[in-house]
Amino acid sequence: MSSADIPQGTGTPAPEKRLGLVRRAWQFVLDLIDVLLKPSSIFGLGVLVLAGFVAGVIFWGGFNTALEITNTEKFCTGCHEMKDNVFAELKTTVHFSNRSGVRASCPDCHVPHNWTDKIARKMQASKEVWGHLFGSINTREKFTDRRLELALHEWARFKANDSLECRNCHSAQSMDITKQSPRAVEAHQRFLFTGEKTCIDCHKGIAHHLPDMRGVPGWQ
Amino acid sequence: MIKKLAMMLLAASLAAGSSTLLAQSVSSSLRGPAPLNEEGPAPPMQPTKNTAEKEVRNYPEQPPVIPHSIDGYQVDMQGNKCLSCHARARTAESKAPMLSITHFMDRDGQFLASVSPRRYFCTQCHVSQSTATPPVSNDFVDIDTVLSHDKPGAKR
Ligand code: HEC
Ligand code: HEC
Ligand code: HEC
Ligand code: HEC
Ligand code: HEC
Ligand code: HEC
Repeated sequence: MSSADIPQGTGTPAPEKRLGLVRRAWQFVLDLIDVLLKPSSIFGLGVLVLAGFVAGVIFWGGFNTALEITNTEKFCTGCHEMKDNVFAELKTTVHFSNRSGVRASCPDCHVPHNWTDKIARKMQASKEVWGHLFGSINTREKFTDRRLELALHEWARFKANDSLECRNCHSAQSMDITKQSPRAVEAHQRFLFTGEKTCIDCHKGIAHHLPDMRGVPGWQ
Repeated sequence: MIKKLAMMLLAASLAAGSSTLLAQSVSSSLRGPAPLNEEGPAPPMQPTKNTAEKEVRNYPEQPPVIPHSIDGYQVDMQGNKCLSCHARARTAESKAPMLSITHFMDRDGQFLASVSPRRYFCTQCHVSQSTATPPVSNDFVDIDTVLSHDKPGAKR
């Protein structure tokens, strides 16, 4: 704020008033430090440790609960950007309904189950809140225009973690190739079991429609 | 008198005819046991053939049928899943047959650098096959069979 912002002609000069406020706040901080540093005369040490422990549990639990809530499909599809595009498309795929009755939901494929990875992903997710507020993909047209970019992020993530999320449900070790179709057997034996490729190299677009694939390696 | 008798005979035969028609619960092998005025339950969908084994073409111009499942394969403006295996450059990895040179020709017979737009939508011509047994069998015979009816040593 520059001095030009201060209303002219009022009786009390504003700068002085603000100075007072700052000084009072500083005093409060000093007092607080004082209290925190001085040994407590009211509560015993045991009580304090216990209180700290309980507070920690509550905080940790709350954090975890918040994570649990944001880790549901209901949360993800709460935004129309997610609901009208990717969720609508997911409904027609094998990951939504199949003979086994196992349903893959958004967090199964998009949020790593590992705790630290989880936090990292959530931090990244704050970008989506920005996007939501500023409407980066709030129409179908904007979404299809940006789709390749978003998909590239996801492919890069799957590539970097060796398709970790896919493997949480499908493990290469448990695949019975005698039960797979001939094309699957051939491809998995040559490229998957040898570690040459990972799931996402060959299985793009299994859950949503594809973005414009021109220029993506292996596509035309 | 004769006219009256004829009318009575006609009426009687009509009545008899219609009663036999009504009595018969019409059941053909196609409809199953469902009565004519009711819709029977739909039979379950059969899975597509997924053996990946080449099937014989019935005539030389026939687009070969697809010997594998194509569930969820996207072919539209955004991308062409079929070409990710059948395109020339992809066949070493996918072991799929390359689409033939006719797919690169425009209507004037000129060869284009990539798949001709009129051949882009593969399932216009190529279809996957169901494992269902057809209720009516097909008595198509191909030209070789027709020709082989000739006597041995007949003129070609
Ligand atoms: C606040 C509304 C909102 C919610 C809730 C939401 N999304 Fe999004 N999401 C968006 C927007 C907006 C974008 C586009 C961000 C951009 O423009 O970069 C996006 C982008 C994405 C992307 C592409 C990421 C990238 O790196 O480009 C993925 C994957 C995704 N969301 C998955 C999810 C999942 C999984 C959930 C539930 C855990 C979820 N979203 C919940 C609004 C939301
Ligand atoms: C079976 C795994 C799977 C499930 C379940 C899944 N996704 Fe995806 N998602 C992917 C993959 C893989 C991509 C990368 C693009 C591609 O290959 O289609 C992707 C891409 C995305 C993108 C980037 C835009 C795009 O389409 O490329 C968004 C946004 C997204 N997913 C959100 C969601 C939301 C929201 C849900 C739940 C309604 C969900 N996904 C469920 C696997 C999944
Ligand atoms: C929540 C568990 C889960 C996750 C995560 C998951 N899948 Fe699946 N996937 C399934 C189930 C269940 C089926 C259907 C099995 C059946 O045929 O009944 C399936 C089927 C498939 C199929 C066969 C499709 C078909 O048409 O038969 C492919 C390919 C596949 N998944 C790839 C992936 C890839 C790639 C990922 C990671 C992006 C992934 N899956 C993540 C559970 C999962
Ligand atoms: C080299 C490419 C390649 C890689 C890598 C790969 N797949 Fe596949 N997969 C295929 C092909 C080709 C098929 C058969 C055609 C189809 O289903 O589209 C197939 C089929 C499948 C099927 C259906 C099985 C069946 O009988 O048809 C599942 C499930 C599957 N893959 C899961 C996975 C998972 C999970 C991974 C990673 C651990 C993976 N695949 C890695 C190429 C690959
Ligand atoms: C994962 C790779 C893959 C994809 C994707 C794929 N195919 Fe195939 N296709 C094959 C393979 C491998 C064969 C060869 C099977 C054999 O003969 O051993 C084949 C065979 C065929 C044949 C039979 C050719 C002949 O000479 O008899 C046709 C036609 C065909 N595919 C069409 C399609 C169409 C149309 C699509 C898209 C809807 C498609 N394919 C997608 C791998 C693929
Ligand atoms: C206008 C109809 C038509 C369309 C569209 C079409 N094909 Fe064909 N295809 C044919 C015919 C006819 C033949 C057999 C004669 C020939 O090779 O030209 C054939 C042959 C093939 C063969 C066998 C080639 C061989 O040498 O064994 C493959 C593989 C094939 N097509 C794949 C595809 C794919 C993939 C697409 C989509 C990109 C496609 N076709 C689009 C008509 C079509």
